[in-house]
Amino acid sequence: MAIYGTALLALCTLLGVALGEVLGRLLHVKANVGGVGIAMLLLIVAKIWLTRRGKLTPGMRLGVEFWAVMYIPIVVAMASQQNVLAAVEGGPMVLLTGIMVVAMCFALVGVLSRTGGRAQ
Amino acid sequence: MIAIVEKIAEEQALVLAFALVGALMWLSTLLSRGLTRGRIHASAIAIVAALALAWWGGVLTGGKKGLADIPAFAGLGLMGGAMLRDFAIVATAFEVDVVEARKAGLLGVVALTLGTIVPFVMGAAIAWSFGYRDAVSLTTLGAGAVTYIVGPVTGAALGASSPVIALSIAIGVLKAVLVMVATPMVARFIGLDNPRSAMAFGGLMGTVSGVAGGLAATDERLVPYGALTATFHTGIGCLFCPSLFFLVMSAIV
Repeated sequence: MAIYGTALLALCTLLGVALGEVLGRLLHVKANVGGVGIAMLLLIVAKIWLTRRGKLTPGMRLGVEFWAVMYIPIVVAMASQQNVLAAVEGGPMVLLTGIMVVAMCFALVGVLSRTGGRAQ
Repeated sequence: MIAIVEKIAEEQALVLAFALVGALMWLSTLLSRGLTRGRIHASAIAIVAALALAWWGGVLTGGKKGLADIPAFAGLGLMGGAMLRDFAIVATAFEVDVVEARKAGLLGVVALTLGTIVPFVMGAAIAWSFGYRDAVSLTTLGAGAVTYIVGPVTGAALGASSPVIALSIAIGVLKAVLVMVATPMVARFIGLDNPRSAMAFGGLMGTVSGVAGGLAATDERLVPYGALTATFHTGIGCLFCPSLFFLVMSAIV
């Protein structure tokens, strides 16, 4: 049943976000710390466990994978509700900071992915 | 007639959003094939088009939520809101290669550390060059360069002025928008084509919406790896910016 897959996904998401919230409180942070990441790890663990016991049915997979492939349209909807106007009209300091920081981080991604590759 | 359209747009907001985004994706696929022979990913075109529409929505309504501020398109707010976005991101983990993710664990931690410190220092330095001299404003503007959540959270915690908080949000939003648009263009030059570099990318860029959009437009198989590290970024920023980074900043100023 597809709903079992979607329910599993929902359960992992809720647990992960709740744990992220608890972690935030413990660290005295006004934000969720890694909730989505924890939820992803839970889902990975659940998948491995279900596969081992032979309980991962095609229907169940469908219930999770539908949401995975809906990810891009959801991101498009997300892009359509960004405050682009404020970002563009923020003035020279905003433009300069945004562009420099993003350029610097791109460069660092290049450096990190290369040095990491050599170390192996 | 108009009354019926208005009624349906209001009652079926989410369903309407599905249809609209579907239409936008279809148009983008046509453009991708016809104009660029598939060289520019259809999702990249769709994301840039959505950002342009968001700009237009902002001009039209003067609101803060782009196209979703137009009542007829309110469903986009639900479809692209944090709830469904996080739900779909978690779902992508189903295809994660555990061995790959574990191998890149340390790299992810290094990326997260650099991704918090470097933007903060750059943001604060540029704010300094624009004449800001008090530790509270400098810390808030530096935090805005981490993500658009870290900026206002830090500003609120430190009692920064409202214009400074608004600027810190603008810096963070611009960062997210730039990451979404530029990632597919620079992906080849920075080696962003495997799970390892995607995890480094997620940790360094941080902004979940930027990483999500940027990777979706580049190669959707990389999305879960980038999201895995990026999701810790905002939390870490909110932890260190108003505390440790502020103390260091106060000592310097």
